Amino acid sequence: MNIVVTVKQVPDTWAEKKLDASDKTVDRKSVDNVMNEMDEYGVEEALKIKEAHGGEVTVVTMGPDKAVETIRKALSMGADKAVHLSDESLHGSDALSTSAALAKVISTLSPDIVITSSEASDARGGVMGALLAERLGLPQLTQARKVTVDPGAGKVSVERLADNGYALVEASLPAVVGVVEKINQPRYPSFKGIMAAKKKPLTKLSAADAGLDAGSVGLPAAASTVLEAQPAPPRQSGTIVKDEGDGGAKVASYLAAQKLI
Amino acid sequence: MAEVLVLVEHTDGEPKKVTAELLTLARTLGEPSAVFLGGPGTYAKAKDYLAQYGAAKVYLVESEDIADHVAAPAAEVLSKLVADTSPVAVLAAATPDSREIAARTAARTDSGLIWDATALTADLTATQGIFGGSTIVSSKVTKGTPVVVVRPNSTAPEAAPSTPAETPVDITISDAAKGAKIVDRVVEAKSGRPDLTEAQVVVSGGRGLGAAEHFALVEKLADTLGAAVGASRAATDAGWYPHQNQVGQTGKTVSPQLYIAVGISGAIQHRAGMQTSKNIVAVNKDPEAPIFEFADYGIVGDLFNVVPQLTDEIQKHKAG
Ligand SMILES: Cc1cc2nc3c(=O)[nH]c(=O)nc-3n(C[C@H](O)[C@H](O)[C@H](O)COP(=O)(O)OP(=O)(O)OC[C@H]3O[C@@H](n4cnc5c(N)ncnc54)[C@H](O)[C@@H]3O)c2cc1C
Ligand SMILES: Nc1ncnc2c1ncn2[C@@H]1O[C@H](COP(=O)(O)O)[C@@H](O)[C@H]1O
Repeated sequence: MNIVVTVKQVPDTWAEKKLDASDKTVDRKSVDNVMNEMDEYGVEEALKIKEAHGGEVTVVTMGPDKAVETIRKALSMGADKAVHLSDESLHGSDALSTSAALAKVISTLSPDIVITSSEASDARGGVMGALLAERLGLPQLTQARKVTVDPGAGKVSVERLADNGYALVEASLPAVVGVVEKINQPRYPSFKGIMAAKKKPLTKLSAADAGLDAGSVGLPAAASTVLEAQPAPPRQSGTIVKDEGDGGAKVASYLAAQKLI
Repeated sequence: MAEVLVLVEHTDGEPKKVTAELLTLARTLGEPSAVFLGGPGTYAKAKDYLAQYGAAKVYLVESEDIADHVAAPAAEVLSKLVADTSPVAVLAAATPDSREIAARTAARTDSGLIWDATALTADLTATQGIFGGSTIVSSKVTKGTPVVVVRPNSTAPEAAPSTPAETPVDITISDAAKGAKIVDRVVEAKSGRPDLTEAQVVVSGGRGLGAAEHFALVEKLADTLGAAVGASRAATDAGWYPHQNQVGQTGKTVSPQLYIAVGISGAIQHRAGMQTSKNIVAVNKDPEAPIFEFADYGIVGDLFNVVPQLTDEIQKHKAG
């Protein structure tokens, strides 16, 4: 199995996230950056599929130079090699042009299965799996909480989350699979894994290397623009009271006063 | 007047409230055309509803090709409609299925995509709360037909009865779009309570409940309020409550009038799914719990005392 997994470096979950004042893109400079938490589940699932069926796991990311830290993490978890698409001209790409760029890189890897996670915590688009399936012309198996691969039959099936349960979805390989965090428990990189990661092959591509047209990427090519950004009005600080045996009654009075009951 | 395409959100034909919200919003932008995509025989259940909320037209596809495949067939139909009708915009609900259909439609029609809009002006400027609601941006599509994914509970639905013209869409879904086939559907949770994303009141339980059976406390409170029941990830991971009820970054995003958090610490990933609720009430025995930093009203106390009393008091209030 030739398995490709996408990962993204994002501002740390707990960091106070901001937009860059000059071009209103996500400020990635003033904060600590980490692998998108959800992507750990994607990498874990890729490794599980490899362990069950053999093959190779290739990590693909698009992001600035320091996104290599996130690649290293995926490699130290156990991925075999990585491709890093990095170019100043890519800064400010929207989800649509990012998906086109990633699809271009991924198609050169001829994967049997492409794994993404369901959402990145910075922009929370939750659309990359669908967009990659569209761009690559592959079946879309997103929102998956369970994945079963049958390489012999060339098939993959998933349990796709639905409003009141799940749908069982099947497709032929190759396919794009998007995983949710219910799917597994990501492993921690071992010391051995961290050491081994340093020697694993990493291909760095510029936009030109990847065959991307200059006009198709980055902020100028984005199909939407942020006009204005403002901090949300601060919440009125709330009333916090200690229960003295009448806590429930106090909440009820509050709700009545707010005309909520 | 130019058309606005509204992707109808429904379950087996039964329209969701967000459909009425989208049609109401669409009327401020142009002439709303509902796009109903569903399995054979499902439209009958939506017909009157779409008329009641002012659809001027209904584009219709009822087929197994749509119902039994993931996202791609619906995106194919919607893209064809964008090409045929040159609408001012395409509106879809911020649900997992519709956001994927919208994204693929934007890609196919070379258009810009905006997700999680909470407002949209006549000149198609969208408002979005980003970074868990801490920053408010206004944004605009600059290319193609704006495809805008709108959060449920963003617009108050207003009826505007109409007699929509029904137009079946003449399309053969490509084989490529039928790659991901739905072979079975398994229902795990059916509660009879309001839909979590649409409810005006949500009561959620977390690890503080300690055991699955204690969710009965949360359910009882919810039922006195006519509320939906939510859960933190700690509670769904423990198997105390179905994952469909998870609120947060990787669960549902809710924006009700009232959100009551019971035994939930208020971790950032939970907060991301409920922070825009109009009123937040928290019950937690730890005064340092982060939820108190953004609750409007909080009780520091044991939920096993506070919640039953609250339920009783609400019942008394209603009876009185
Ligand atoms: C990738 C990723 C995605 C995630 N997505 C989500 C998500 O979508 N939604 C989500 O909720 N979480 C999510 N999380 C998990 C999140 O980080 C927290 O772990 C989770 O929200 C904690 O749930 P909790 O508040 O119920 O539990 P805890 O943090 O353990 O809090 C329990 C609270 O109950 C209180 N308590 C205990 N006993 C009582 C009592 N008798 N009376 C009153 N109070 C009591 C305690 O003081 C404590 O504050 C995600 C995490 C990751 C890594
Ligand atoms: N620049 C990127 N490079 C690699 N993968 C990405 C990138 N952006 C998004 N993804 C993948 O797509 C998933 C969903 O992201 P999103 O749709 O942006 O919320 C992420 O978790 C990643 O796996």
